[in-house]
Amino acid sequence: MDTRFTDEELAFQTEVRQFFADTLDEELRGRLEGVEASPNLKEAMLDYQRRLNAKGWMAPGWPVEYGGQDWSMSQHFIFNAERGKAGAPAPIPFGVTMVAPVIYTYGTKEQKERFLPRILNSDDWWCQGYSESGAGSDLASLQCKAQREGDEYVVNGSKIWTSFAQAADWIFCLVRTDNSGRKQDGISFLLIDMTTPGVTVSPIETIDGIYHLNEVHFDNARVPVDNRIGEEGKGWTYAKSLLVYERLSIAEVAESKRNLAQLRELARAEVNGGHSLLDDAVFARRLAEVEIDLMALEFTELRVLASAAEGGVPGPESSLLKLQGTTIQQTIQELRMDVAGYYSQTLQGNLSASQLGHDFADIAQKLYFRGRASSIYGGSDEVQKNVTAKHVLGL
Amino acid sequence: MNFNLTEEQTMIQDSVARFVQDNYAFDQRNATVALEHGFSLDHWQQFAELGWLSIPFAEAHGGFDGGPVDTMVIMQEFGRGLVSEPFLPTVLLFGGLLKAGASEDVKNALIPQIVAGELQGAFAFLERQSRYIISDVRTRARRDGVNWVINGEKVVVLNGGAAQKLLVLARSSGEQSDENGLSLFLVDAFAEGVASTGYRLTDGREAANITFNNVTAEAVIGGLGEGYGLTSTVVDHALLAVAADALGAMESLNARTLEYLKTRKQFGTHIGSFQALQHRMVDMFAACENTKSLLYRAVCAMDAGDEDARRSLLALKFMVGKAGRKIGGEGIQMHGGMGMTEELPVGSYVKRLMIANTLFGDADHQQQRFSALVSEAG
Repeated sequence: MDTRFTDEELAFQTEVRQFFADTLDEELRGRLEGVEASPNLKEAMLDYQRRLNAKGWMAPGWPVEYGGQDWSMSQHFIFNAERGKAGAPAPIPFGVTMVAPVIYTYGTKEQKERFLPRILNSDDWWCQGYSESGAGSDLASLQCKAQREGDEYVVNGSKIWTSFAQAADWIFCLVRTDNSGRKQDGISFLLIDMTTPGVTVSPIETIDGIYHLNEVHFDNARVPVDNRIGEEGKGWTYAKSLLVYERLSIAEVAESKRNLAQLRELARAEVNGGHSLLDDAVFARRLAEVEIDLMALEFTELRVLASAAEGGVPGPESSLLKLQGTTIQQTIQELRMDVAGYYSQTLQGNLSASQLGHDFADIAQKLYFRGRASSIYGGSDEVQKNVTAKHVLGL
Repeated sequence: MNFNLTEEQTMIQDSVARFVQDNYAFDQRNATVALEHGFSLDHWQQFAELGWLSIPFAEAHGGFDGGPVDTMVIMQEFGRGLVSEPFLPTVLLFGGLLKAGASEDVKNALIPQIVAGELQGAFAFLERQSRYIISDVRTRARRDGVNWVINGEKVVVLNGGAAQKLLVLARSSGEQSDENGLSLFLVDAFAEGVASTGYRLTDGREAANITFNNVTAEAVIGGLGEGYGLTSTVVDHALLAVAADALGAMESLNARTLEYLKTRKQFGTHIGSFQALQHRMVDMFAACENTKSLLYRAVCAMDAGDEDARRSLLALKFMVGKAGRKIGGEGIQMHGGMGMTEELPVGSYVKRLMIANTLFGDADHQQQRFSALVSEAG
């Protein structure tokens, strides 16, 4: 039982720290600050992701043969921790974290060669077409249909809650290719070019005032059969195996640590009745509780990584990463709103930040409302608990 | 980076688990805590023979030279089995203070006796008014020639009834809450002027209130005025031990509750099939995993002498209180009426967890220390 870094790992830590210090110049840092709430997400991220790729660090978790790094789990941990500390976001996940592992695990040689390098270099941007209006938590009941005609599938139906579709070049979809058997068995995994005739995107207005969600409609969209990953009818299995990859980054410990440190400084500067908000016993209690939860989550994640590194199946604690990670993110967002006080409730855009005097209030508000989604997407909290009860506790 | 136990640590864990299995079925436990002082001297001798009493001590004094991980492993199994023998007060507190501060002569005289299972000790530091503030000490020590003479009262002294020797935190100078001016004195429990009133804690373990009326101490442990520093160090290790004990209790109670959900039938089906109960059971599981993660964090930090050690310890002890209360309360609730009875060990686990919360400062107290520490560090 030992969490000390070796000399080699400490040297690696220095290298990563230096890289982010050099890479995030003043200008890029400015653009990435609050990037999740920015309408120019893609532009800001493109430059940053290409700098990562130039160093070979766009996708360190991929197998080496496709451009990943042969890192130990300590190195992955160090990389993410330093990235978070530097205030650098993780790359937009839909390509590099979500679809790429399915492509390199189940795709053909041609598919790998065609898609993976373009993901690494951020030439193609991806979005995820899973949910439908009638298939949310019960994803397997999806109905978006792909009918085989010769070398093509004809796709009809629509996908909903599609983040980033407005800027994406490609969408990876779960589509129904068979309706005859068990609902999980008739699903296939299809990659669809967003410029295909019959594919249209319509925005969904959301309570956070950020444009990130869409509906994607397919009206007789013709998709080459070559764009199917793996076997027809196995899409559900592929998508489920992908969740394992998602899990290891989904807790967002490094981001929460940074957000918490910022929150502390905002609270320290905020004066209430002549005292810093940080000295308010009730506020201090809430802040301490979330910090302690985060300290626990950080080690839960390390425990999961350590057992994965030893080739073991991730322990039962892994099922908690998403649930607890998003709870912590939401608590931090909530506290940031409370620090902003009245200013958290002003409709932004009418006054400039300098007039308001609380220049963090705008982003605090947007991220608070946007953050409500994190306990809904990727399997809602309730679904996470169902899954844990069934698969971990055997209930 | 790894979270594995060494081969030696696994052996210790196995041997404690085996002892618990052979000697600590619930009815056996009830018989044990019903004994004088709430534990079995036979068990204590077995502990000595198995080498457990030697774990934290230096080889020169007959010890095993173990570290925080070894202590954690033992205490976790003790908690799992609701073991009532006074390992914490005699070995970790009394022995720990001797190890940290006593002269070679005193160590040579007493530590081998602890290791052999011949000596019971206790640490008398709390007072009626002190609540969780260790430095709030009214008990006075005054010099009388070459001797020190103690006057005052100590409360909730764990193992105070069985202890043959006491370590007493007393004020040799300074005002009531000064951290300076506190010293540790070795006192014979049978010395003239020592009067002890024993009683049981809710879970059957024994404590005592002890008055000192012009009691001559046998020795000063550590230098004069070093009492607070020594106590802090040893209490830090004790926090870790109590947390490990609590984790073992949480794991065991969760396992029992889960088993109950799978076997108890109502409305024609297992009650574990109800989503309302499933989600609550997941929350209990999560509370336990959080405690485990913070325990590993703290034990690794302490073992490495890491600067994060204190923050991790305080976070851990906070979580012990918070998670323990949740798991305890829910454990009773999920067992329904049966959770209210003495027929099942559920209540005993809950009591163990509630005692763990108060020992060396409860969750609220630790949170305040945590907030102060973090705010200071900026």
